[in-house]
Amino acid sequence: MEGLTLSDAEQKYYSDLFSYCDIESTKKVAANGRVLELFRAAQLPNDVVLQIMELCGATRLGYFGRSQFYIALKLVAVAQSGFPLRVESINTVKDLPLPRFIASKNEQESRHAASYSSDSENQGSYSGVIPPPPGRGQVKKGSVSHDAVQPRTSADQQEPASPVVSPQQSPPASPHTWRKHSRHPSGGNSERPLAGPGPFWSPFGEAQSGSSAGDAVWSGHSPPPPQENWVSFADTPPTSTLLPMHPASVQDQTTVRTVASATTANEIRRQSSSYDDPWKITDEQRQYYVNQFKTIQPDLNGFIPGSAAKEFFTKSKLPILELSHIWELSDFDKDGALTLDEFCAAFHLVVARKNGYDLPEKLPESLMPKLIDLEDSADVGDQTGEVGYSGSPAEAPPSKSPSMPSLNQTWPEMNQSSEDTAIVHPVPIRMTPSKIHMQEMELKRTGNDHTNPTSPLLVKPSDLSEENKINSSVKFASGNTVADGYSSSDSFTSDPEQIGNNVTRQRSHSGTSPDNPAPPPPPPRPQPSHSRSSSLDMNRTFAVTTGQQQAGVVAHPPAVPPRPQPSQAPGPVVHRPVDADSLITHTSTSPQQIPEQPNFADFSQFEVFAASNVNEEQEDEAEKHPEVLPVEKASDPASSLRVAKTDSKSEEKTAASAPANVSKGTTPLAPPPKPVRRRLKSEDELRPEVDEHTQKTGVLAGVLTSQPPLPRSVGKDKKAIQASIRRNKEANTVLARLNSELQQQLKDVLEERISLEVQLEQLRPFSHL
Amino acid sequence: MVHTSLDVVDEKISAMGKALVDQRELYLGLLYPTEDYKVYGYVTNSKVKFVMVVDSSNPALRDNEIRSMFRKLHNSYTDVMCNPFYNPGDRIQSRAFDSMVTSMMIQVC
Repeated sequence: MEGLTLSDAEQKYYSDLFSYCDIESTKKVAANGRVLELFRAAQLPNDVVLQIMELCGATRLGYFGRSQFYIALKLVAVAQSGFPLRVESINTVKDLPLPRFIASKNEQESRHAASYSSDSENQGSYSGVIPPPPGRGQVKKGSVSHDAVQPRTSADQQEPASPVVSPQQSPPASPHTWRKHSRHPSGGNSERPLAGPGPFWSPFGEAQSGSSAGDAVWSGHSPPPPQENWVSFADTPPTSTLLPMHPASVQDQTTVRTVASATTANEIRRQSSSYDDPWKITDEQRQYYVNQFKTIQPDLNGFIPGSAAKEFFTKSKLPILELSHIWELSDFDKDGALTLDEFCAAFHLVVARKNGYDLPEKLPESLMPKLIDLEDSADVGDQTGEVGYSGSPAEAPPSKSPSMPSLNQTWPEMNQSSEDTAIVHPVPIRMTPSKIHMQEMELKRTGNDHTNPTSPLLVKPSDLSEENKINSSVKFASGNTVADGYSSSDSFTSDPEQIGNNVTRQRSHSGTSPDNPAPPPPPPRPQPSHSRSSSLDMNRTFAVTTGQQQAGVVAHPPAVPPRPQPSQAPGPVVHRPVDADSLITHTSTSPQQIPEQPNFADFSQFEVFAASNVNEEQEDEAEKHPEVLPVEKASDPASSLRVAKTDSKSEEKTAASAPANVSKGTTPLAPPPKPVRRRLKSEDELRPEVDEHTQKTGVLAGVLTSQPPLPRSVGKDKKAIQASIRRNKEANTVLARLNSELQQQLKDVLEERISLEVQLEQLRPFSHL
Repeated sequence: MVHTSLDVVDEKISAMGKALVDQRELYLGLLYPTEDYKVYGYVTNSKVKFVMVVDSSNPALRDNEIRSMFRKLHNSYTDVMCNPFYNPGDRIQSRAFDSMVTSMMIQVC
């Protein structure tokens, strides 16, 4: 509004009030809250209050800015003086007494008003002082003001005014009492040990001398408010103890802290509500601490060097020994510097001490600096994080179970692999909602074993579960194929859990949590080994058979092995994220799988072909994937069989099996590739295959070694070949798609890994706690 | 005791000349005929010296134990040093430090 001219006293008074109301230090005071309290305390009728608010523009703006607030205060004064409220009255009414606010807390304000007006000349040095002892009212306001501490002398000067004021304060009028009042109503101080950190500041200060004088004065005026010191937090200490302490604390009040914000803090503290935990930091207090921290160190994530902290806390006039002890308690990482959390804890301890609390021997939990989160809660952030994480592994198993039943059903024949399937089940389901997708995912999973471990880390619980599933699926697959692979997949499952447990989100910067659990290292990636193993096996098995086939097969297995395994595990769903690779893996794994997976592939069919087509199959498959299968024609009969089989399965499988079929008729190896595909596909195949597989394996092995390349029959081959070609092409596209998806997953996982490593680096400094 | 500590200091000073980083020195040789006790010296990189006087009542403490005790002492001392309120040269009044030292002594005896 229009220019508002305030006298010095008014200026001071208003700024005090504004600070009092502006607890958020945002320079914008919401209309509700303190401002309303204040105005009501002015004992003006509500409509007048509303009028004032309107006039000052707060209603227009929605909040009380500094100017609005000042105008409002002026209007209150105007109203209290009986003048009509008008905009122009703010400047026209001269010699307007300061607005008086009556309520308990406002007593001092009114006193201040009185004191201000009466002691304007004294104000100069008085501003901001909280000379407790001197005239309660005036002093208090002085203390309330956040100005620098004034020498006690000013307080003494105030004393003459105090007689003026004292009558107003029949109750122990010192500001402190005021504070006390406010405090008690607010909440039963019972556990407000630190409700008055603000007052705490006031005791600090140079004007010690004045206190005694003040005390005398006070006693003269009224029974020395025993509770004088909210400043000294005497009020705040839990309930009853507060009162007895007051007399003692009265003395403390003489020390007025130079920190200007002390008064503000006091007010804030005053308002603080009761605590449950004596050491708990309220939001107000925390806000205050943070502000104080900012004055020393603008960067909230930075440190306050020891020397600065020493200087700061020395102002509290606590004995060095106690300060030293407080430092020991609060400097959690023993680095000689205080982070925000450490600083808040230290400040809190100082406040408590000023209030008469004894320092604990050990840092209370609520004051523990937190590594990552900057919460005030007593709980340590990481603990909660850990809990969350630990839960995730737990989630994984349950998640597995739902999938398991379904998978179990689908894989009835997979007796031996049932355990694996159990583990594996989760995998398919978790990854994607859609079945098809799941199949692909499964295939991917085989390839993604390595990726899975890491990704969950980032995502945590859900991911962990997924990962577990994946791991299990991998296991499953590997179980089918290569025994050795399983162990690694097992490790995978455990890794995510560990990781989950270990990864606690820590707020790293400010807090220095004592023991930050080091981020778990990304789970190892067994897959390569799996694939290797499988490939090795494949090599072994294939080596026996034919060199050429071997080459093809061997080459592929390393790349693909994982796929076949998972594909088998999920069985039902995976159609085979088909790639040439996957096909190849199938082929490659099939030999391995043969021993384990009796069911996959159509052993029944293999039986038919058992004789000789194994080699053909392998050749076919190997060739097929990479290229068109000339083999097919050779092994028409086999392929036809395969075709038949594949029909029942997913196309991929058929594609895979087609070549397999081709050779299948002849060699036991045919089943292996097919089984691989089968796994991807559905359980139906598995069932019959399981049993047969076992039989086949032996046969296949023998056949592989001995199989002539392509004893394909020609007859129906053509049709079969064409069908198989079709199928292979489809399989190829599917595999290609799967491959791309896997690549994407790999990238994601690598990114996760990088981020985890970064986190690890960040947390490393706290590892030594 | 005073003489011995002085001697120990002299020894260390001489040690400083040659091996600056002499983390630990066993000054077992100092055994008075009447008072059999051992004095162990330990100097930090910042020339802070720790002198430990041990009665030889119990079987002589193993060298390793002494070393570990000095290590713990050194760590606690650095923690105390971190406190900006602590002025070097003052008597250490850190409770944590005291408790550590006490526990160490109890453990040995």
